[in-house]
Amino acid sequence: MGFPNRPHPRETPILSRFFGDAGARSLQGWRQRGGYEALDRALDTDPQALQGIVKESGLRGRGGAGFPTGLKWSFMKPDGKTHYLCCNADESEPGTFKDREIMRWTPHGLVEGVALAAHAIYAETAYIYIRGEFTEPLARMSAAIDEAYAAGILGADAMGSGKRVDIHVHRGAGAYICGEETALMNSLEGRRGNPRIKPPFPAVSGLFGMPTTINNVETLATVPHIIKNGAEWYKQFGRRDNPKSIGTKLFSVCGNIARPGNYEVALGFPFKDFLYDLCGGPLPGREIKAVIPGGSSVPILTRDEAEGALMDYEGFVAAGTMLGSGGVIVFDDRQDMVKQIARLARFYAHESCAQCSQCREGTAWTTRILERIRDGEGSVEDFDTLLSIADNMSGKTICVLSDSCATPVISGLAKFRPEFEAKIVATRGMVTVGRAPRAIAN
Amino acid sequence: MSYGQSASGEAMRTAPSHTVTANAPYEPVFCGDRREQLDRILTRYPTRQAALLPALWMVQEARGWVSEAAVEEVAGLLAITPAFVKGVLTFYTMYHQHPVGRHFIQVCTTTPCNVCGAEDVLSALLEHSGCKDLGQTSADGRFTVVEAECLGACGFATPIMVNDTFIESVTPDSVPRLLSELR
Repeated sequence: MGFPNRPHPRETPILSRFFGDAGARSLQGWRQRGGYEALDRALDTDPQALQGIVKESGLRGRGGAGFPTGLKWSFMKPDGKTHYLCCNADESEPGTFKDREIMRWTPHGLVEGVALAAHAIYAETAYIYIRGEFTEPLARMSAAIDEAYAAGILGADAMGSGKRVDIHVHRGAGAYICGEETALMNSLEGRRGNPRIKPPFPAVSGLFGMPTTINNVETLATVPHIIKNGAEWYKQFGRRDNPKSIGTKLFSVCGNIARPGNYEVALGFPFKDFLYDLCGGPLPGREIKAVIPGGSSVPILTRDEAEGALMDYEGFVAAGTMLGSGGVIVFDDRQDMVKQIARLARFYAHESCAQCSQCREGTAWTTRILERIRDGEGSVEDFDTLLSIADNMSGKTICVLSDSCATPVISGLAKFRPEFEAKIVATRGMVTVGRAPRAIAN
Repeated sequence: MSYGQSASGEAMRTAPSHTVTANAPYEPVFCGDRREQLDRILTRYPTRQAALLPALWMVQEARGWVSEAAVEEVAGLLAITPAFVKGVLTFYTMYHQHPVGRHFIQVCTTTPCNVCGAEDVLSALLEHSGCKDLGQTSADGRFTVVEAECLGACGFATPIMVNDTFIESVTPDSVPRLLSELR
């Protein structure tokens, strides 16, 4: 529901049903709300059958990439090796704050999902990697795990099933890149958070060199609901004409919007209704100018593009962007898009792990050039330079941080070019009075 | 001391007290209870090295920052080289490699907060804390203010962190009172 706002009748609260309900935080409270029934049943179910149910449900990864969860799990076979599950709670994508609320309000829901998934991939040990800044979610998760151990839900004989399930929290220390799955594994191993070259993929050689599955918090928190109610139940959520996007999704909404917060809707929800009806539209007297719908790494939409979009994996692709992590950033007509795109570039420059040249140099130069345009010191040639750097940053590096920096630059220049040009015209106009047209061309 | 209400409606926790003693003789961090705590943490992982991030957190909680001597102590305990520890220490932004003010304040100014006026919050914090510039500590040793990249609370702009405490929806107007409560 629209935490911290009141629930909206058009939401479909499954994960967010107990946001704002402090009673759901304790083990007793969670059990009273139907918690741990799915895990109890799952621990007596064959892992391959669990993989099958999740595959059938159509659940896709909610961290950004949208990879089918059941398919990812099916890479994990009973091969006699030690398997690991990593829960990615390094939520750092600008605009996204959904996993934070899942951990703050329903920590046992995540413990249940993690334990269930660990069993489903033949793992006995799971790590929840929580970003260093999330001190309250870390405390909530630690308390829930302690309670679960004390109650015999976790440990050598999880819920009396005879199966061992251990869950540990691991605190990050401030690095966006550790949300990338291989960087996360390196960080867990006590290394610098540099992404690894794939292949080998984590399912073959992941954490500590062993077969590993990495899932997002929201994905894992969803699984118990699917196991409890069945794949067919889950398939009712989504638009009828798109079987590729199933289920509900948490969207975090921030920026220049009347009611920022988290909202959970069935995939395929009309984005215009979402922005104006659920989130209350722009602030009084303002208009929406642009929207980034899926965290800062996806292409920016103009207001018209956003209002025509449907909120699922394919709907956002059709609108020229991506669902990403579901972090909706709204810009109103007061905002200077050049300044804000430059600020995004600075974020990526700061967060680049610096092992690939295209990213290390590309993010830094992109930031410098954008900031000089912002400050009225740019030239028209800068546009081509930016696009050329963006091209060299896309699809050429170990991970996609570099591509993520290029994305808002390319889409921003394409959609808000007049704002960029205005800064150059203003400069040239001052410096070269009387020669404006030629100066612009140069 | 309370820093007011969080979005969860509960009082925020108190910040740990940081002692800044750069020139004192080095006393090992991992003795007694802390050594036992580290030993417990080590049982969670198949390698000793994996306990590096938790160990560095323990150092920082105990001393307020991670000194060269602490790097060597951690390296010895985890059977890795000090250079390796230093490499990891310098990768992560939340570890302090030098003493900081008692209240280390991180202000999110990334795009979602930026469009909600985060730069004004940052300016107000610099002005009222007595910190001359970003990363500098106030003359009384109370405050260090830094700009942070996305703190992951974008719907509660502008969030700041004071040591390990999250404070949401900070505005330039709320800054003076907020700082006056941090002794």
